[in-house]
Amino acid sequence: MALIHISSPHAHKAGQAGHVMRQVILAALPGLAALCYYFGWGALINVLFASTLALLFEAIVIKLRRRPLGFYLGDYSAILTALLLALALPPYVPWWITAIGIFVAIVIAKQLYGGLGQNPFNPAMIAYALLLISFPVEMTRWSAPFTLLDSPTDLPGLADSVAIIFGQLQLPDAVTMATPLDTFKHKGAITADELWAQSQLMNGLEPWQGISLAYLAGGVYLLIRKVYTWHIPVAMLFAMFMISGFFYGSDPSNFASPMFHLTTGATMLGAFFIATDPVTAATSNKGKLIFGASLGILVYLIRNWGNYPDAIAFAVLLMNLVAPFLDYYTRPRTYGHKQAQRGIVRK
Amino acid sequence: MSRIWSFHGGIHPAENKRQSLQRPLETVPLPKLLILPLQQHIGAPATPLVEVGDKVLKGQPIAEPTGHVSAYLHAPTSGTITAIDCSPIPHPSGMEGLCIQLEPDGHERWIEHSGVADFRSLDKTELANTIRRAGISGMGGAGFPTAVKLHLSDDHIVNTLIINGVECEPYITADDVLMRERAESIIGGIEIAAHLIKPTHCLIGIEDNKPEAAMALTRAARLSELDIEVVVVPTKYPSGGEKQLIKLLTGVEVPSGRIPADIGIVVQNVSTMAAVERAVCHGQPLISRITTLTGEALARPGNLEVLLGTPIQHLLDHCGVDNQHLNRLVMGGPMMGYSLNDPQIPVIKTSNCVIAATAEEFGEPPPAQNCIRCGQCEQVCPAELLPQQLYWFAKGKEFDKALAHNLMDCIECGACSYVCPSNIPLVQYYRFAKGEIRREQFDQRNAEQARIRFEAREARLEQEKLDKAAKRKARAEAAARAKAEQNDKSSAGPTTSSIPATPPVADSDPQAQIKSLKTAAAVARTKLKKAEKALAQARDDGNELATFETAVSDATAKVEAAQQALRSAEQQNPAPAPTLAELKIAAATARTKLNKTEKALADAEAKQAPSADKLRASLELLRGKAETAQKALEQAQASASADTISDNAATEHAPIDIKALKTAASIARTKLKKAQKALDQAQADGSDTSELAAQLAQLSQNAEHAQQAFAAAEADQPASASTTGPDLKALKSAAAIARTKVNKTEKALADAETKGLPAADSLRTALVKLKAKATAAEQQLAAATATQSTSETADSDTAG
Repeated sequence: MALIHISSPHAHKAGQAGHVMRQVILAALPGLAALCYYFGWGALINVLFASTLALLFEAIVIKLRRRPLGFYLGDYSAILTALLLALALPPYVPWWITAIGIFVAIVIAKQLYGGLGQNPFNPAMIAYALLLISFPVEMTRWSAPFTLLDSPTDLPGLADSVAIIFGQLQLPDAVTMATPLDTFKHKGAITADELWAQSQLMNGLEPWQGISLAYLAGGVYLLIRKVYTWHIPVAMLFAMFMISGFFYGSDPSNFASPMFHLTTGATMLGAFFIATDPVTAATSNKGKLIFGASLGILVYLIRNWGNYPDAIAFAVLLMNLVAPFLDYYTRPRTYGHKQAQRGIVRK
Repeated sequence: MSRIWSFHGGIHPAENKRQSLQRPLETVPLPKLLILPLQQHIGAPATPLVEVGDKVLKGQPIAEPTGHVSAYLHAPTSGTITAIDCSPIPHPSGMEGLCIQLEPDGHERWIEHSGVADFRSLDKTELANTIRRAGISGMGGAGFPTAVKLHLSDDHIVNTLIINGVECEPYITADDVLMRERAESIIGGIEIAAHLIKPTHCLIGIEDNKPEAAMALTRAARLSELDIEVVVVPTKYPSGGEKQLIKLLTGVEVPSGRIPADIGIVVQNVSTMAAVERAVCHGQPLISRITTLTGEALARPGNLEVLLGTPIQHLLDHCGVDNQHLNRLVMGGPMMGYSLNDPQIPVIKTSNCVIAATAEEFGEPPPAQNCIRCGQCEQVCPAELLPQQLYWFAKGKEFDKALAHNLMDCIECGACSYVCPSNIPLVQYYRFAKGEIRREQFDQRNAEQARIRFEAREARLEQEKLDKAAKRKARAEAAARAKAEQNDKSSAGPTTSSIPATPPVADSDPQAQIKSLKTAAAVARTKLKKAEKALAQARDDGNELATFETAVSDATAKVEAAQQALRSAEQQNPAPAPTLAELKIAAATARTKLNKTEKALADAEAKQAPSADKLRASLELLRGKAETAQKALEQAQASASADTISDNAATEHAPIDIKALKTAASIARTKLKKAQKALDQAQADGSDTSELAAQLAQLSQNAEHAQQAFAAAEADQPASASTTGPDLKALKSAAAIARTKVNKTEKALADAETKGLPAADSLRTALVKLKAKATAAEQQLAAATATQSTSETADSDTAG
């Protein structure tokens, strides 16, 4: 009988390696399904291709860092990063865009900083921002959902999708289309009402709303499973709702409604899957509230007055910068202390 | 029903309490040996009252408290003390501690004991002492001596007595069973405690997973005169933590770094209360407790009434342990208990549970993954800390930041480690950081203390120095006064006193007198040296300088006096001219000494010893002495020779003298040559030649003197010389030698000049002299040749 001598606690919650990551991946699947439903196979091909590349890059770097391969690949963090980036990319983006993005996300933004848990910025958003700035044409060429096509059969099939992504086929011009956010941003001098009156797209927002709803469902699932707390997504959505409501209320002809902002673009994906990345977000509950709210406001500001129609990536990266500072100033009041401490206290 | 507050965080681990509740409370048969650690409580270890071989009775005190925060220890059964030595004790580190080993005799003979009929009639101090004498310390957690907690000073006004029956840790059911079976005893204990601290409220906290216990206590409490309220709290770990329970039941938080008594709250465990009742009402000290034996490696888990000191192996055997599958032995609960590495470790006053776990039950912890800052630890932390931040700080050894994040408020409940999805052993990191911080603080305190001590010593030494200086000054002044008085006296009256250092002037032999004076001076010098040495030593040691200094000055004065006396005596009685032999001996001695010192100096220089300077000085001195001795000798010889010549006027003696002088001169030359050789050698070696060069110059001078003496002696005997005729050959060789010398010296000079040696000057002088000599020799030779030729001519003339 050999007794083992281990420090307490001796009991652990039944959980496996990569549990959190797997939950998040699972919760993102409805969104992926909705994306595929409305836009065709492109998103799924992107996700599979990106995941494969991510595992490959991760494996190479782990080998170079002389770390146990299976142990680190088993945390599912690379696949989650690939999934989030692929969901954010246009469905029929060329393969090399994805490849560059995954390389930047996995190798540069994550592993060069020391791997999972050490990266100060959200790897997927670093890659997205880099791609958007470097390849604006490819990154803004969105396809149209089948609901807005003249004939639903124009949507590329599986084989065609693969051919388009890997450069064997051109995406038919009939299928390309600007996103609702882009359309609204470049409406020019006309009022919102006029835009709504003349644009077929603005009256067919159902695909984007459907996708947002799917992401919302996944997010609620994660909240129920206590993978993260409600603070960041709720604060972000609430702040976006309030600020867009304020501007919409003061000038409805020039500003879109809160519902438009909440259900188009990457708002829901950002709120429930990107901003909640614990590694790069604020950690205290109060810090998370500030983090989320600031994110919502930043997204709205950039959407309306910035150069890009959507702003999740830039807003998230900006808030990643602020997160450590927030952590120092939003510490909870410890039991037995009169008040919380702010900043770095020198004793 | 009173209101229940809530505390932040907490977890709901699997309870696993059912297993040990299947069987009724049992009593374990006596083990073969009881091991009783002297420290089963917080505070100082107890002091043994028994010795090996003593027979003790059940309940007899075998160790007494050491100081205020300590506890008594009693024999759990009657038997013999077999040993008092170190053996493994229940401690997270697995360390050993001093234990009393008791071999039971099986008779269970009690010591005479009786309870108090009415504890209310007792004085508070007396009642607290009864509890103290029963050796009761907290039985739920840390084991703080109960009497100390219940006998607070008057500045603590207690308004709430909280009895902790929460037992929030999984697996443990000891308190549950106790509350069910001995509710009256617990209530009795609470009454005693309440009598001691006079609280306004008495609350018993019980988790809602122990309804039977709550019912039993409620029933028992109803019978009490006191208003004791049983508060059922929701099951959540760690509700049983003292601070968390206080928050739950009162809504108040214990300020960081303070104790509950500071806010008028005292928390006691239910088992402790039962023990108090037993001690006061029945006179039985704390010698046994209820311990839960559970875990999947046991066939019959349950709760046992265990004598303190019973080895755990005995309990495991009683419960049917499966040694094949026993993997981890935990004392306490699965959240805060510690694993034991020796089943012979005994049960102590705080041992509420022993878990004999299989590998499946408490598996090996999986390897820790990276922290993803998910914040789940923060959500469950009952102290409202940021565990993930503390983890980074502990890992990076940024202890100041960890402190600023209130690391010291961590209660090490293990909730964070329990929920961590990356399986990071967070509590271990915190324990490490806390230990390091405590060690740092300890070191800092030590350094601070050392500094204070050093400064105090410096100040003291400074003060002593000042005091001594003041004393010395006073003494000097007194001495000056005394002297002045004496001077006054001596000038007034006839001289009566003499210098004490001067020995009485004897009128007999003046030489003997001088000798004795010399001895006296030498003695005085020796004394002075000794005194100086002592002073130097004292200076090094840094104490009592003044006395030594006066001693030295006294000795100096004495030496001077002795020296003076000697000098005056010598002046009055000049020593008779020493004989030639004496002078020779003196000169030889001086030379020997000189040689020895030179050797020593060379040695010292080679070793770069600090004594070289001293040696050099003494060398100079000795050289001077040797020179004087030599001169004296030469003078004496010269005068002696002159005397002989003049006195005897015997021409036959002259050649002998000349011969002797010749020998002397040749010896001097040989010496000179040797020195020259040595100098050449030294120059070739590149070592310091100045010494040698000087020596050489000296020797050449000596040789010159000898030569001169010889020449003079020869000149003194012109008659004989003329009779014998000038030795032309000798003169020729002398001239040749002189030339050679000149040449050699010129060479040496050139060499010395190129090397820039200080010996060049002396060489130059020697060269000039040699040249003069050479010229003289030449002239002499020329003259001699001339004389010879004339005499030859004359001879030939006479012949021809």
